[in-house]
Amino acid sequence: MNDVAHKQPSLIKLLITIIKSDLRLAMRSKQELFNALLFFVLVAVLFPLGVDPGPDFLKPSSGGLIWVSFMLALMIGSGNMFKTDFDDGTIELWVLSGQPLFCIVLAKVFAQWLITTLPLLLISPLLATMLYMPVELMSVMLLTLLIGTPALCMVVSIGAALITGTKGGGVLLMLIVLPLATPILIFATGVIAAFAQGLDVGGLVALLTCMLVGAVVLCPFATAAALKLSVDH
Amino acid sequence: MNWAFLHRFGSPKWFYHFAERFQRPLLWFGVVLMVASSIWGLFFAPPDYQQGDSFRIIYIHVPAAILAQSCYMAMAFAGIVGLVWRMKLCDYFIGAAAPIGAVMTFLALFTGAVWGKPTWGTWWVWDARLTSMLLLLFLYLGVMALRNAVSNDNNRAKASYILVLVGVVNIPIIKYSVDWWNTLHQPATFTLTEKPSMPAEMWVPLLIMVIGIYALFTSLVFYRLQSEILEREYKTKWVKRVVEGLR
Repeated sequence: MNDVAHKQPSLIKLLITIIKSDLRLAMRSKQELFNALLFFVLVAVLFPLGVDPGPDFLKPSSGGLIWVSFMLALMIGSGNMFKTDFDDGTIELWVLSGQPLFCIVLAKVFAQWLITTLPLLLISPLLATMLYMPVELMSVMLLTLLIGTPALCMVVSIGAALITGTKGGGVLLMLIVLPLATPILIFATGVIAAFAQGLDVGGLVALLTCMLVGAVVLCPFATAAALKLSVDH
Repeated sequence: MNWAFLHRFGSPKWFYHFAERFQRPLLWFGVVLMVASSIWGLFFAPPDYQQGDSFRIIYIHVPAAILAQSCYMAMAFAGIVGLVWRMKLCDYFIGAAAPIGAVMTFLALFTGAVWGKPTWGTWWVWDARLTSMLLLLFLYLGVMALRNAVSNDNNRAKASYILVLVGVVNIPIIKYSVDWWNTLHQPATFTLTEKPSMPAEMWVPLLIMVIGIYALFTSLVFYRLQSEILEREYKTKWVKRVVEGLR
């Protein structure tokens, strides 16, 4: 018994391996990295093209526009985060490994956040400038993105795990996840709007952080359950 | 107390015959109550002192909205029971109830829009309760879409349990966040703790309508469950006997 336990790699090591291999895989197929980024830019550009290119419309709505485009791009980018692992049987190995699946899910989501969300986060100030966002709002917007997007990734992981191994695609993922993710959108854009009006945003930021904590604590269990069932025949 | 009677609910055969007994009577009970309360509400209840006759749509709007919400709660309850005790019936129930819940949510939204035009002067406002009902509709549609996408019976059951439970944890958060975000809608008509603010001749028909629509819902769910059971259990002998009896 002791021997077997001895041979098993420690959980921390396993999680670091998962994150590292995910990052390496992402760096090998750079096109996929760029797809979400391009999608983000394209959606954000559609608003001035389709609604109104004037600063009267764009300035007050820039925070919301960035957030909506961000959400869509994030879903496009993370929708099949478990697909390759499902196809090559990695998920089965996770389940059989005896390691807590929800920890593995946390590692996967963290890696996914680094891969899809971080590039979007880095380019969002540029897009915000193009949408005439005032400079003083920029840091608040980045703060909401920094707190809100990990929570969003956690929620997306549930949907991504649920559609893994089914014939559903990205549209199904959005249909499942978007209603669940609306509170994050509401509070994040609420923070930006309140700050723009000169109100105190401390409480709202705390609520948004609350959602992040809740999502990190609860979502991995749902995702792990959904993953387990994708390999359960 | 003897809880063994609960185990019978796990047996599709027992439930089929249970539903058989109650489905028709419940349907008639519901229809009679709904017709009676419609007549009472539409012709005999006094008009509202502010909204006049336009308030009478409440007799469809409120029951539909109540049912839309409690239908999701029932699905979530079925989700917990299904996850813990692995009763197949829970999966069938979610499949049977989701479309009805979606229709009820749509009905509540639609009648709300029709009611909103004369009272608020607009078909739609981005008000908290309207928006959370709209999101509830999307939750229902998501459950239906997911069930459609999963081909394996066992996986479909578990996937819907997980999604329904995730949804039900999220509903209070959605509700709270849109409440905070925007509010214009009048407060809830019925609460368990307070006396309704309407006179009795207005709310009694409404209450009857609510009971009637619950009976109708139960009957419809029973009907859909029966056909689902027949379809899923087609290999068993008792289904063969039932189907031959139907012919």
